[in-house]
Amino acid sequence: MIANFTPVSAAVGGVLIGLAATLLMLFNGRVAGISGILAACLNLRGSDKSWSAAFIAGLILAPLTASLAGFPMQAPRMPDSWTLVVVAGVLVGFGTRLGGGCTSGHGVCGMARLSTRSIVATAIFMATAIVVVALSRHVIGA
Amino acid sequence: MCGLIFGWGLLISEMTQPTKVIGFLDVFGTWDPSLGVVMAAALAVSSIGFRYAASRACPVLAPKSLWPSRTEIDPPLVIGATLFGIGWGLVGLCPGPALENLATLSPRVIAFVVAMAFGMVLHRIWQKRGAGPERLHAPTAVMIDG
Repeated sequence: MIANFTPVSAAVGGVLIGLAATLLMLFNGRVAGISGILAACLNLRGSDKSWSAAFIAGLILAPLTASLAGFPMQAPRMPDSWTLVVVAGVLVGFGTRLGGGCTSGHGVCGMARLSTRSIVATAIFMATAIVVVALSRHVIGA
Repeated sequence: MCGLIFGWGLLISEMTQPTKVIGFLDVFGTWDPSLGVVMAAALAVSSIGFRYAASRACPVLAPKSLWPSRTEIDPPLVIGATLFGIGWGLVGLCPGPALENLATLSPRVIAFVVAMAFGMVLHRIWQKRGAGPERLHAPTAVMIDG
């Protein structure tokens, strides 16, 4: 059964995401893969620290600008278990670096270039995530 | 600037809210197709945009573009994507929304981001130890794939 479907806001938001990725490539010649951008920021000896830090700053400032405009950001619903949060975080961090990208890098940028690697990666993490949610919601009853 | 636009995009599409993401992944339960629409819309724009960007000799503000060049499907890609998928399915946050949610100062989000950063650093250390596959580019460049 379909619920909570918000096609208009999803479409508008999606367009902005695609636009941001395009602009980054057009102006800076870089793929807007957030996992890569964060990794570049964390890379103490790297050469990509300044633009990647600026991108992340923009990402974090966005909700603050929205708040000022009268659209406060909803607090995200997180699981109660701290262990789960930390384990998931480590998996996401390690996994995105090992796999070379996340939903933005592989999903939005890679698939736009019809990169086989990205299509495969996206298919894998989507399928895996769907299985995990199915298990946790309908089998374990979390 | 690009970060801001990306951030607004995530906000408006509500992709920063884990319940929306998990709603999409909950294919067998109450299904929320929104994430699919977000991805489709983003791809529509980026496909055209990237085609244009690729046709240019160089970016507007940088000396050259860093297009990912790898094409092979190798174990790191598959295993990495699987691990990422598990983590993503568990909490409903991927790197972008996780970072953006830092603006809410939610303690669990901070914990998630710290863990994520730790996971990334762990990967870099593991790679340097020689356990990972050989990388052909400069040691200080981070692999941005996709």
